Amino acid sequence: MSEGRSRSFYVLSFLFGLYVLFLYGPTLTIVALSFQGPGGGMTFPMNGVSLHWFRNLWAGIGVPYVVDALLNSLKLGAFVTVLTVVISLMAGLAFRRSFRGQSVLFYTAIASLTLPSIIVSLGIALEFQIIDQSVKAVGDAYEIGAIQNSYQTAMGLMSSGLGAHLTWTLPFGVLIMFAIFNRFNSAYEEAAQDLGASSWQTFIHVLVPIIAPSLAGVFLFGFTLSWDEIARSSQAVGADNTLPLTLQGLTTTVTTPVIYALGTVTTGISFAVIIVTVSVVVSLQKRRSRHGSDAGKGLV
Amino acid sequence: MPLLSTTDKQAMTHYARWTSYWQAAPLAAVLLLFFVLPLVVTFIVSFWSYTGYSIEPDFIFDNYRDAFDRCIVALPDLCTTFRTYLSTLRFCLAVWLLTLVIGFIIAYYLTFEIRTTTIRLVLALVCTIPFWTSNVIRMISWVPLLGRNGLVNQALVGAAIIDQPLDWLLYSNFSVLLAFVHLNTVFMIVPIANSMSRIDRSLVEAARDAGATGWQILLHIIIPLSKTGIAIGSIFVITVVMGDFITIGIMGGQQIASAGKVIQTQIGALQFPIAAANAVVLLAVVLMIIATLIRYIDIRKEL
Repeated sequence: MSEGRSRSFYVLSFLFGLYVLFLYGPTLTIVALSFQGPGGGMTFPMNGVSLHWFRNLWAGIGVPYVVDALLNSLKLGAFVTVLTVVISLMAGLAFRRSFRGQSVLFYTAIASLTLPSIIVSLGIALEFQIIDQSVKAVGDAYEIGAIQNSYQTAMGLMSSGLGAHLTWTLPFGVLIMFAIFNRFNSAYEEAAQDLGASSWQTFIHVLVPIIAPSLAGVFLFGFTLSWDEIARSSQAVGADNTLPLTLQGLTTTVTTPVIYALGTVTTGISFAVIIVTVSVVVSLQKRRSRHGSDAGKGLV
Repeated sequence: MPLLSTTDKQAMTHYARWTSYWQAAPLAAVLLLFFVLPLVVTFIVSFWSYTGYSIEPDFIFDNYRDAFDRCIVALPDLCTTFRTYLSTLRFCLAVWLLTLVIGFIIAYYLTFEIRTTTIRLVLALVCTIPFWTSNVIRMISWVPLLGRNGLVNQALVGAAIIDQPLDWLLYSNFSVLLAFVHLNTVFMIVPIANSMSRIDRSLVEAARDAGATGWQILLHIIIPLSKTGIAIGSIFVITVVMGDFITIGIMGGQQIASAGKVIQTQIGALQFPIAAANAVVLLAVVLMIIATLIRYIDIRKEL
């Protein structure tokens, strides 16, 4: 493969460049427009440069609960991320051995990823409505004061909302774990066990360090997908709104660049998480190649 | 069916027999509670009746009759439901074709034209990063470009190509299609590139040595061997568009109907059983499409 570049390489490079422009161009325009002066409008030319719209955003932009929604999304995202990493890792370990029902479980996870979100979201909403109606019916039937007086709903950010997000993030986590364990060489574990390590020691000191970059990948998917999730949350978060849901509402009502400022902040947070994760993965790989350069290359 | 090699399993025979079960339990529990049960509940509720504020157990077919209101008797004229599905399917077809062509070209470029692994990884990351950012923001970001006073219209009017700004650039079928392609091409790129990376390069070399042209190699080697990736990508793109109500809502200015949007509207009106019936219909349509495509796939071989 040492021949010079063919014509198709240059044509395809040009097309790739166009695609990247198509991907990032629009986002760059709203980032630029969000730094406009106070008199700025929804489109170019830019009207001065300032942080006016960010201050306006932080002050609540006259729309209530924007900051609340941001905090809701951060909190939910944190829980979803931790649960996604833990549950995916456990499931990945489980799938290394064959067990009854593994095919059903795997294809259920794939189905959860594929089926339209509006259906999943509606289903969860209906499930919780039936729970609520049942609890209230029991409360009335047995005259339980606590239920009659104060029970509202079981639906909420941390119950139905959390579940809705997990049906979206977990399949990605499981697929990543599958991909890594399919290529995993269990000789390292055997070696550790032969040297007298317990199962737990093998797990913590051998397995986790080896698959750490993939766990970082699961972390990235867990947070970013939850942070931007909207279709499954739409019917399933109850009274509290997440940031994307609030944002969706604002698209029809707000006609100032403050919505671009909100877009810049949201995208900025996504990018921060992506950059941190990618740097962690890269530094893990570098450290590995420095310290364990003969791993897998010896006389094993 | 075992997922891993036998040696791998033998290495772990000292694990307790039930280990896999408790390790898989949390995943199973979440999927059961928040995916399987909700689907079952949706199916059951589609036969229920409702009052203004609650849903009541029942066994009626009114909700389905409502969903297909006079659809059969009105034929050959299409009723609202059929028209909505037809319009949604049309979007599906257009988005599928566009994402397939673009996704295939990008995947081909990454796999066969880029020679070093590092650059390939970086470029693949460049294509994937937007997927991890907000879809709503990515939709809104078309506004300054496509609006009546947006960059595109400014440029076209400035270059005297048109006298009046174009109205159909934003909040139209065009902008919906554009946003679908913008958001979902990544779902084609990743599985197709994954399939292509498994193609044995010596096949391509052998074909070239035997005198095959570039097009012949593409047509007889690369496309057939990328079939699985194409099928997986197609399933993703088509199911996303079939159930969509967010993109069509925002980019269509809340004016264009879709199968998903119908359900959303009915939920908004608290007509849960009718929404459930429509969800069951949508689910059936989506499952039929998946069943057609899934023949080309063994997902587990792709991981």
